[in-house]
Order: sequence, then structure tokens, then C-alpha cells
Amino acid sequence: MKLFVSEGNPQCLKVLCALEVTGVQCDVHYVNHEERVVPFLSRPALPALLLPSGRHLFSPNAICRYIFEVNGQESSDLCNQWFFLLCVQIILTTTHHFHYLPFPPFLSLTISLPLFLFSGKHKSVKAWFDHVAAMHSCQSAAQKVLQGKGLQGMKSYMQRQPAPQSSQCRDTQPCNSSPAEEEGERVVSEEDMNAAALKWSKGLNADPLSKEKQHPILPQEGKRNILVTSALPYVNNVPHLGNIIGCVLSADVFSRYGRLRGWNLLYVCGTDEYGTATENKAREEGMTPQQICDKYHVIHSSIYKWFQIDFDFFGRTTTEKQTEIAQDIFWRLHNHGFLVEDTVEQLRCENCQRFLADRFVEGTCPHCSYPEARGDQCDKCGRLINAVELREPQCKVCRQIPVIRSSKHLFLDLPKLETQLKQWLDTSTSTGHWTANAKQITRSWLRDGLKPRCITRDLQWGTPVPHPDFKEKVFYVWFDAPIGYLSITAKYTDKWEKWWKNPQQVELYNFMAKDNVPFHSVVFPCSLLGAQDNYTLVSHLVATEYLNYEDTKFSKSRGVGVFGDMAMDTDIPSDVWRFYLLYVRPEGQDSAFSWADMAMKNNSELLNNLGNFINRAAMFVTKFFEGCVPAVELQQEDKKLLALVGWELQQYIQLMDKVKIRDALKHILNISRHGNQYIQVNEPWKKIKGVGTERQRAGTVTGVSVNIACLLSVMLLPYMPTVSQTIRDQLHAPQSCVSTMLQGTGTFVCALKAGHRIGTVTPLFQKLETDQIEALKKRFGGQQGDKVRALKAQKAEKAVVTAEVAKLLDLKKQLALAEGKSPEPAPQKGKKK
Amino acid sequence: NMALRELSSLEKYLGLKKPNKYSTQGDKKVPVLQNNNGPPLVGLVTIACHLVKEANRPELLGDSAESRAVVQQWLEYTVTKLNSCTKEDIKTILKDLNLYLQDKVYLAGNQFTLADTFMYFGLHPIIMDLAFQEKEQFVNVTRWFDHIQHYPGVRHHLSPVVVLRNRIYTSRHH
Repeated sequence: MKLFVSEGNPQCLKVLCALEVTGVQCDVHYVNHEERVVPFLSRPALPALLLPSGRHLFSPNAICRYIFEVNGQESSDLCNQWFFLLCVQIILTTTHHFHYLPFPPFLSLTISLPLFLFSGKHKSVKAWFDHVAAMHSCQSAAQKVLQGKGLQGMKSYMQRQPAPQSSQCRDTQPCNSSPAEEEGERVVSEEDMNAAALKWSKGLNADPLSKEKQHPILPQEGKRNILVTSALPYVNNVPHLGNIIGCVLSADVFSRYGRLRGWNLLYVCGTDEYGTATENKAREEGMTPQQICDKYHVIHSSIYKWFQIDFDFFGRTTTEKQTEIAQDIFWRLHNHGFLVEDTVEQLRCENCQRFLADRFVEGTCPHCSYPEARGDQCDKCGRLINAVELREPQCKVCRQIPVIRSSKHLFLDLPKLETQLKQWLDTSTSTGHWTANAKQITRSWLRDGLKPRCITRDLQWGTPVPHPDFKEKVFYVWFDAPIGYLSITAKYTDKWEKWWKNPQQVELYNFMAKDNVPFHSVVFPCSLLGAQDNYTLVSHLVATEYLNYEDTKFSKSRGVGVFGDMAMDTDIPSDVWRFYLLYVRPEGQDSAFSWADMAMKNNSELLNNLGNFINRAAMFVTKFFEGCVPAVELQQEDKKLLALVGWELQQYIQLMDKVKIRDALKHILNISRHGNQYIQVNEPWKKIKGVGTERQRAGTVTGVSVNIACLLSVMLLPYMPTVSQTIRDQLHAPQSCVSTMLQGTGTFVCALKAGHRIGTVTPLFQKLETDQIEALKKRFGGQQGDKVRALKAQKAEKAVVTAEVAKLLDLKKQLALAEGKSPEPAPQKGKKK
Repeated sequence: NMALRELSSLEKYLGLKKPNKYSTQGDKKVPVLQNNNGPPLVGLVTIACHLVKEANRPELLGDSAESRAVVQQWLEYTVTKLNSCTKEDIKTILKDLNLYLQDKVYLAGNQFTLADTFMYFGLHPIIMDLAFQEKEQFVNVTRWFDHIQHYPGVRHHLSPVVVLRNRIYTSRHH
């Protein structure tokens, strides 16, 4: 018989204890957490017991029971029940059962871990636990597993456990409750309760933040000065939901929050307009590049306006300021010796008669063999490549094989700037709120070794290179575009250098999706460092992962996914879109937009949780107290609620300060959940019909609830600005609550005192019905394309396929016309050998 | 309530004269059996084991210390892994079971036990949803499943699952 265990694995505690207690002979082997001892299990399972017959046991409970049975102690029905209960749920409430137990020692083993966590509220449980923990066998087992490190010893085991998934209950609907609800009750101390009640009584700040912003916003002495940028969207692509959540929306939430916190904050962004894509489109549509940019800039602007993105300024890269600043940086780099000249081989399409920009070459990645690698970056492995390195390259426009021609170009000498860069990166990444993926990507870039990076291109539509030897060339878009942040600020205010050449006073936050990280963490900082003009470098780099659409990717060409302009076209309000996108913000890993999920979250969280609580609280004031907030007399229970709410508020602030936007949202929903529970338990609608203290109780509960609603409106502001204001309008809440509640570590005060008259109360949210959602999913699902593909795969009858293909082409034509594009079909993709 | 139907099915298999009355507790509607001899029994597997002992069929829980441990292990596996798993988990579970059942007739080896009954109950919706290719991919699980669903007295509340592809023409015709 052999027992396999791993260190720091709490499941091993019980089996080791069982061996100690029974004295059963068994070899014990210590292995790594990843060791797969049981041959038929895909995932490692430890502890595991190899039985004499050659069979394996991988259930810790089964192993314990076997050891005891071998020793002559069979387990009763009741003990079996405990084993199963403990697999399935942690018991904190069934203390009376302990009176029945004939205290079998081995039972204690199965309870060992969960009870590390409980708070000691249940005295009989605690007494029993202390008794067991003191047993020699338990102490010895604990020593073996934890090696004296206590709970820290379990860290490496716990980190390997998969994240909890939302489970499918067998015969009920998929559970709507969030993980926070299942956590169990927070413990609130007497101290916490009194502190919360004290804060509550303090009331609102005397001088509110002025609602109107004073432009231009400039750094001020003594304030926290924050400059926020979102990655500049490329002008002639209509942004899809993934672009929006990755960049402008994330930055917007943080910016709105920052202003509420009293930080002196400027949020700038704009369209990135230079480059061949625009050049080509202009040719296609028979306009000048400038005209194309003018047209699409407006489309972007209106989409972001609909999404309520509160830029302080939304500009463009095609300005004189851009040329001025870019050329200045260029000359400085040149004069400081950070530019190198070289002759470059470039791909030129003889058919199209031009040098091909990187995005117009497609081929096989030389590193990972991905067949659709683009000429500047491989979509699969993310490595930067030069277009000439691609295997089997093709011109994306005409599919001809391009030829290689030589041309003189300038390179930014990244290796020469490497030491300086690393020094700065060490400080920035360790002191700032960089997302993990940003740090990782940057690290792997540096590990691969920096190479000189070409900053010029043979094109027309771009910032001209001022150097006489390179007159016919323009700057490469990735050198030039980040400089857009500076030039856009320069259009906003001529004192732009107070933001951009002021690292001592300014903290810079860059928001982007992960594919933009290397340019913001390496290339651009190197340009600025090399220019040696005291430029402000990024302090906090916030990058998201990818948002997928249902099970697949957004794709304009296949008509898959929701694009910004289409979202405007549904009946779903902007705030609801914002809420859902932020709820599924792809932080640690890719996430997916799902129509069904959006409906579910709207109905369960917005309607049934948040909307329900706020509406009920306000309605009680209207119905039972003639529209005036009643007097509040805080009992212990109310103080406890204030403390709980205060804690959630504190967490919200801590998380938002670190740009953990998605996590912070959960705390808002927790508060309204507490609120709903508070109302359920206290039944003010019943108590109002009573007399004296009963009525008083109804008044207190109503008063507290409506104030919580007020707090929620403030916490919601960064996420759902319209709903947030609507709540305050309905409650006639003073604007000063907006500036008070998020100060410090959170200041939940009584904003609506007794006698305050509220306004008309109406529901905040609408239910999203299933048929509505189904219709929307169909509309945006690219279904016709899928249908054609499926038919072709099934080798359906040619006539059928042809008919469906005709439908598809027609839909594509309609789409093109609706978008103002030429309805001519793109040239067919040639089959690669 | 699925759990109650499973218990009723088990009672029929065991040939218990009088069906028990069960109540449920909690959101998840865990079955509860009042016990005249002591505190109530809570939980599907706990009650099932109790019924087996009441019907005097202890061999259904295993006939040796090892078998008994193996039976408990699979019962626990069914309740914890099967009843709350995601799509990704299903593939892993089928893969693991397929490997495990390669050289076994039943979960406990050569003897039919309660573990087979409950694993059959738990896998039913999953197997029902598999395409034929997938059933062929997990050939041992399919073989075991077909065997158990046809085992006398086991299938009561569940519909039969067809596991074999209906070949209209045998290969000789082409």
C-alpha cells in the first residue's frame, strides 16, 4: 500500500492524520502538486492511495475510510453523511448536530480545513475543534503538510486550483446569484458599527466640487495630477465592442471615478488618421485621404458620444501640431545620435505600383508558421516582424507576389537606449499600476532582445520626414501615432507641455488592448527618452485582453459582431451596454460578449437587484411617508448594515484606485443585495401599518435604504452616468453627495435627512425579453455566412449552395451600401498551395 | 426533483415494499429522510446507502474493504463532479472514465454496485447529448452505460439512450 501526498496540500492533512491515529502500515511518498499518480485521471489528484490490488483511490474521504476500515473501525450512516455534507458544503449553522455525535476521531479529519476559516462564532463547534486540533495525530499531520508555515504553506497548492466556475444546477435554472452571495456573512465588530454610525451622522461636505469643468485643465500644485489616454482608434475602422471596452470605455470609467475622487484629471484621445489604409480607402471611394478622415472622425465621435465617453478633448492626428512635435522629436533623436541609417529591402507590388505597407502584406510567420501573419506583427504569436521576413508573402489587395526593392530608411536605435529604458521600466512597473499582461509582454520583448526599429516609410499620407535625404518619405505610423497623444493635447491647450514635459507632477495612465503594449512600453518611451526633453513617461499601463463575440471573433467582413454604430441602433440604452461591457471586461483573460448573458445580467443584476432595491426604497418614501424622508433611529442592526455597506464602499475605492474596474463593480451590486435583504427582513410595508415603535422601525429602515440608494448613485456614476443622475434627480439629492462619498477610504454619510422631499419615482431599468434577444443575436450573428459555409462543408446540392451564396452576396452589398462603401465585392482569396 | 426520482427508482430496484416519504432542505433541495432511530439522514448518497442496508443488500456497497472504498469514491465523484460541471469538465470526465473502464465491467471491478446506478443516473443527460462519433470516441463509457441501462431493474425514470448507429446497409452492399 502506498500513499502519495504533496506538501502544502490541505487534503493530505486528513489522510496523514488517519495513518497516525490508526497506526496502519503504509509507505508515504511526497511528490509535486502536478504529479499524476492515478493513471486514468487527466488532472493530478492528490492525495492518492495505491491499494494492494493495484487499484487507486483518489478521494481523500474514501482513503480515510479505507484506512479506518482496515484498522477495524467501520463508519456509521451518520459519519457517512458528514463526509458527504463536507464535500458539498461548509457547515456553519448546524451546530446542534454535534450533540448527537459519538465523537469518532476520524470524523474530525474531514473537517480540518474548512474550519481554519470560520470565525469562532459557534461556541460548541469551536470547543470541539480545539479539542481535536490538540490531538497529537492532528498536530503531527499538520506539521508534515504545512512544514510550520501555517496557511502560507498552502499557497502554492491553492494557486494551482482552477478558478471556481459557475456551476450548472441539475434541475433548476442556471443560478443567478453571484459568488459574493455565497461567501457567507462578513463578520462586523462593535467597533466597525460605531465607526460607521459616526460617519453617517457627519453629513455632507460644505463645499461641493463644482459640477462644470474649467477648461483648460492643467496640473496644479498640491493636487494629484492625472493624465489619461486611451489608445487612438484607427479612423477608418468602425469600432466594435471589443475596441470600445478595451480602450475608450475603460479609460472613461477611470476618468469619471478620478474626478469624483477629487483628482485633477485630463482625459484625451482622438482618431489615428495617417497610414496606407486610409490612402487606399480614399482611392476606393474617390475622395482625398483628408476627406475620408473627416467623414470617419465624425462617425467615431458620434459613437463615443452615444456611449457617453466623457473626453476632455477628442482630437485627430492629422494636424500641424502633430507635424511640428513629431519633427521636433525626430530632430532631437537625430542630433543625439539615436537614429541609424540603413538600406532596407521592402516588398513592392509591381501590379499595384507601390511599396506595400505592412498591413497589406500577408504571409506565413517566420517564427510560428501562422499562415495569416501580417507584415508588421503576427496575430498569433504577437512577435514583431519585418514584412520581408514573411514566408510566401502576398499583396493583400491583388494577391500577387510582391518583389523586393531597396530603399534608404532611418532606424530608431533601440539597443542604444536599452539601458536607459530598463532603468525607467524597473521603476515604473514596480511603483505603478501596470496590469500583469503589460508587464509580461514587455518583459518578453526585452528578453527577445531589442533591435533597431525602422521609423520611416515610402508613402504619401503621413507626417513628412524633414531630413533632406528622406524627403519623399513619411514617419512609420507606430513612431508617429503615440506622438498623437501630445499633439492632440496641444490642440486642446497651448500649455500642453505642462502635462507632457512634467514627470515630477504628472502621473500618466495609458489604456489599451494588449496588442498595443510593446509600442507604449518600449518603442514610444525610447523615442521620448532619446529626445531628452524631460518628457512625461507612462506611470500606469492598463491593458485588457480580447473580447470575443459569442464563441468567435468580431469580424466586419463576415458581418459578425456588434459594432459601435449598430449598438446605437438597438433599443438597449447606452448605460446598459456600458454596464454589461464593464461586467465582462477582459481583465485577466479573454472574455466573451454574449447576448443571452447580457439579457441575464440586465434582468438579474440591474432589474432585480439594483433597480429593485432603489425603486422599493424610494417608493416607500412616496407611498408611506408622503414623499418625505422619515426620521431615522439607528438600532444595532442598522449600524451593522452601515458597517457592511461602508466596507463594500472601501473595497470599491481600493479596487478602483488600482483600476480593477470589473471587480469594483461587484461591490456596488453587493451593497444593493445587502439592501434588498435588509428590506426583506424588516418588512417595512407591514410595520408601517402598526403603531409607535413599529412605525418608527419602518421609518428608519426606509430612511437608511433611501440613503443607501443615494450612495449607490455616486458609486454608479463612473459606470452608468445617466442612471446615476436619474437616481439623484428622482431623490432630489444634493449634488454635494457626489463629491463627499468617495473621499478618503469612503465616506458613507446621511445625505437625505428627515423631512427631505423626494421627487417622482419611476423604474430605472427594463426587462430584456428572450425574443428581443434572440432577434438581436440573429441580426448580428453573421448567420448567412455560417449557413453558406455549412452547406459547402456538407457538399450540398450546387443549386442550393448557389442560392444561399447569392443571398450572402446581396446582404454584403446591402451592408456596404449602408456603410457608405462601394458595393463591389473584394477580389476572391486565391487558394494557397 | 431529480434526486427524489432517483431515490424512488432505487427503491424499485431494491424491491422495497413501502416507498419512503422524503422531504427536502435548502435551495438545492437536498433530500432528507426522517429516521426513527436517530437524527434525520441528509443527502442523496447517504440515504441511498441506508436504503441498501435496509434492503439487506450490503454487497451493493462493495464486498471487501477495498471495494467499499472504491464504491464510496465513485459515489462521491458523481455527487461532486458530475452534478456541477462545465462543458470543458465533461470532456475530461468522459476521457478519465473511458480510460478507467477499459479493463472493468463495472465501476468496482467485477461486481455491480450502487456506484454504477448513480453514475448511470448522473451521466444520463450527458450521454444522451453526445453525437454518435463521440459515443464511439468514448467506447468504454458507452459500453458500460449500455450495459447498466439494460441491467434488470435499474432503469425506471430515465429514457433509454440509443448507443449504436443504425446502419441501414451493412458494408457488404457497397
